[in-house]
Amino acid sequence: MTAISAPTKPLHALLSRITGDAKHAPSAHSTLDVLWVLYDRVLRITPETTDAPDRDRFLLSKGHGPAAYYAVLAAKGFIPEEWLDDLGGWDSPLGHHPDRMLIPGVEVGTGSLGHGLGLAVGTALGLRAQGFDRTRTFVLVGDAELDEGSNHEAIAYAAAVQLPITVIVIDNQSSTHGWPGGIAQRFPGWSADVVDGRDHDAIEIALMKAGTHLVVATVEPKRG
Amino acid sequence: MRETFVATTTEILENDPRTALVLADISGDVFEPARRKHPGRVFNVGIREQLMAGVGGGLALTGMRPFLHSYAPFLIDRAYEQLKLDLGHQDAGAVLVSIGSSYDAAAEGYTHQSPGDVALLDTLEGWTVHVPGHRDEVAAMLHAATHHDDRVYVRLSVQENGSPHADGSVLRRGGPLVVAVGPMLDPVLEAVQDLDVTVLYTNTPRPLAREAITALMDREIVVVEPYLAGTSAKPISEILSHHPHRALHLGPASAEVRRYGTWRDHAREHGLDPAGLRRSITAFL
Repeated sequence: MTAISAPTKPLHALLSRITGDAKHAPSAHSTLDVLWVLYDRVLRITPETTDAPDRDRFLLSKGHGPAAYYAVLAAKGFIPEEWLDDLGGWDSPLGHHPDRMLIPGVEVGTGSLGHGLGLAVGTALGLRAQGFDRTRTFVLVGDAELDEGSNHEAIAYAAAVQLPITVIVIDNQSSTHGWPGGIAQRFPGWSADVVDGRDHDAIEIALMKAGTHLVVATVEPKRG
Repeated sequence: MRETFVATTTEILENDPRTALVLADISGDVFEPARRKHPGRVFNVGIREQLMAGVGGGLALTGMRPFLHSYAPFLIDRAYEQLKLDLGHQDAGAVLVSIGSSYDAAAEGYTHQSPGDVALLDTLEGWTVHVPGHRDEVAAMLHAATHHDDRVYVRLSVQENGSPHADGSVLRRGGPLVVAVGPMLDPVLEAVQDLDVTVLYTNTPRPLAREAITALMDREIVVVEPYLAGTSAKPISEILSHHPHRALHLGPASAEVRRYGTWRDHAREHGLDPAGLRRSITAFL
């Protein structure tokens, strides 16, 4: 595993405060570096602009294993760090899957796989209809989540209308039957980058590309 | 009703920049003028009903007011989880407009029929359901739905009453209460023409008219709906929980009718033609 660079080190302290989600730990940590780069270098959103109509949108479709997401939201001041200590508790806004109605800055409530990409397509269409041409829409999907057919409806349509949307697929080889030939092949009509999911600069360069764009962030296989 | 829906929605898209229309090929041709005029707000996603619902949720999350339209079995049955999660769970709204409800598409077979659509939406929170009984009732429902962000379902049908009526109209006053939903009104009126009953009409069965029902209720109530028999049994039971009563719920049965024909043939088979309704109602009373 490539060493995680300096700015994310405090995240580990935040991550260690999140307990009770051991089952999903590998998938949670697979997203850590991409999420950090998104919030630290790419997204035009702050805790003060979570309701701004022209804010960038980030939709976490892979709603299971959200520990890294919560840690990044806490590190960036969207939620209090204390919230991390009671994951899944009765009084906690943080569950094992995020709920947009409970967490500031969270755009969609997810957990059931295969919903974020369709919602992101609608979001990008709505932003374009309202003339927010600078606003970008990002959605993060797991490689196993691509098994859900609903994603493929969105992939084909977004390519057909060349929708401005960036899909990030975290590839930790967790799909039961895999994706022979690589994930990018499943996104015909999209521009694509395959990057080391632990290399912050490479992730940033790929995420800065506009258009109907796919970024495959490759990390360690889920099963060793 | 479908023509009224197309004309009214085209007009709404023209006048309200917050509105958008999402299609999945069904009715794509008749909305083509609207799509050409408003390409940024009228979308045909192809035969992708899950995506249609997701797109509706995404549009709503950006502040738009999306209209979604298809055949009922594709709009509601197929995309049920998307309606549950991409709209309800996100606290987002949309206006769903279906055609082909129950056995409208009799000759197409069961794949194109959805008697269970309202029952499915009843498992979810916060849906207003309109079941117009006449084409002239449709426009007002659509206009009203643009003025808020809630979840609305408008169930259009080829079955129609002879004339439009306001929601909550009392067509006859007498003994036991008969509630007729949407296009079931005319068959009900014919069935009970010489019976001593009260007939209440509703084209908005969700939320069900609590006050009208409790005001008109005596001891017997008959509910005649154009969708799955008993769909309203739960709300009726809640409304009348402290009111001693007997209830009869009529509508299409859940058993698949493996015959084609017309919607009139299916109405007769389900006992929902005037003669069948009369048999059931008199036997009950």
